[in-house]
Amino acid sequence: MALTNERIKQRLTEKFSDQVSKFEEPYGMLTFQVPKDLNLKVLNFLYDDEELKFRFLTTLCAVHYPDNKGRELAIVYHLHNLVDNVRIRFKIYTDISQPDIYTATGLFSAANWLERETYDFYGVNFIGHPNLKRILNVDEMDYFPMRKEYPLEDQTRTDKDDEMFGR
Amino acid sequence: MARPVSYNLIEKPLEPDISLAEMPEGHQGEGFFATTLNKVIGLARKNSIWPLPFATSCCGIEFMATMASHYDLARFGSERVGFSPRQCDLLMVMGTIAKKMGPVVKQVYLQMAEPRWVLAMGACASSGGIFDTYSVLQGIDQIIPVDVYIPGCPPRPEAVIDGVIRIQDLVGKESLRRRNGEKYKALLESYGIQ
Repeated sequence: MALTNERIKQRLTEKFSDQVSKFEEPYGMLTFQVPKDLNLKVLNFLYDDEELKFRFLTTLCAVHYPDNKGRELAIVYHLHNLVDNVRIRFKIYTDISQPDIYTATGLFSAANWLERETYDFYGVNFIGHPNLKRILNVDEMDYFPMRKEYPLEDQTRTDKDDEMFGR
Repeated sequence: MARPVSYNLIEKPLEPDISLAEMPEGHQGEGFFATTLNKVIGLARKNSIWPLPFATSCCGIEFMATMASHYDLARFGSERVGFSPRQCDLLMVMGTIAKKMGPVVKQVYLQMAEPRWVLAMGACASSGGIFDTYSVLQGIDQIIPVDVYIPGCPPRPEAVIDGVIRIQDLVGKESLRRRNGEKYKALLESYGIQ
C-alpha cells in the first residue's frame, strides 16, 4: 500500500491535532505549517513513525518575507521517504528580531551544513547547533546578505556610475 | 564546379620559419657587440615569460585555446606554463574571483619571486564583471597590483595574445632598478605587501 498524502495528513492530525495547519498540495507535494517550537517534535515523529518513515532530509532553507510582520523568516524543511518515494515539505515561521530555532542536527547529520548555510545567509540562530558559523561567505562578513533589506550589489565598489546602470 | 574562395587571394611572402627577436640598439664591430645590460636582460626576460595560469572560469577555457596549437602562445616564448608560483614570472588571473578566493590569489602572488607581473583577463578579474554582488571581489586590483587588463567576456584568444604582448612590452622596457625603487615600494605598501 503506497503512502498517500491523505494518509500522512491524517497521521499528523491524529498526533498534533490542529497544531499542524495550512495543508496544501502544490504540484502534488504535501506542504504544511508547524509552530516554530514544535519543529523538532514533528521531525522526530515523521522520522520514527513506522508508517511515515521520513528519514532523509533533502534540504533546509529559509525565506525572508519582510512584509510579514512578526513572522518574517520562514524555515522550510524538505523530507523524503525513501521506501515509498514520497516527499513532503513543511514551514515554520519566526520573528526576525529573535530568530531562534531548535537545531535538527541531532536527528539528521545533513542538517549541520544546511543550518550553517541558513545561518550564513539569513541569520537564523539554530539553538544547540555544534558549530554555527559562516560556511559559504567570508568570515569577516558582518551581515546576512540574503535578507531583503540589503542590496544585492557589492557596496565596496567606487568606480561605478549608477546612472550608467539605470539606477 | 569550383567554389569561389575568399581567402588567400593576396599573395604574401612566406615568413621565415624561425622568427628572431630584434637586436637591441648598440655598437658592434667584428667580434663584439656592446649595449646596455638593461636591454639585454629585458630582451631575455620578455621572450621567456613563464605564465602561471590562475583560471577559475570561462576565461580559463579561452586561455587553453590560446595555449593550444591553433593560437599557440609558444610563438611568444610563453609555452612553459608553470604550476608553481615560485618559478613563474607572470600571474594570469582568469575568471571570477570570489571574496573568499581573494586571500588565495594574494598568497599565490606573494609566493612569486620578483620580478613578477600580473595580468587580469576578462571582465570578472578586472572589475567583477556582471557579478556585481556581495560575494564577488570587484576586480583583483583590490588585493594585488595589476599590470595589464584584458577586456572581454570572455576575451578571444587574440585578445589574450595581445595582452601577453603588452606584458612583454612592459617586461622588455622595465628598468632594472624599478623593483628597488621607492615608487614600487609604495605601490606594494598600498596593498599591504612588505
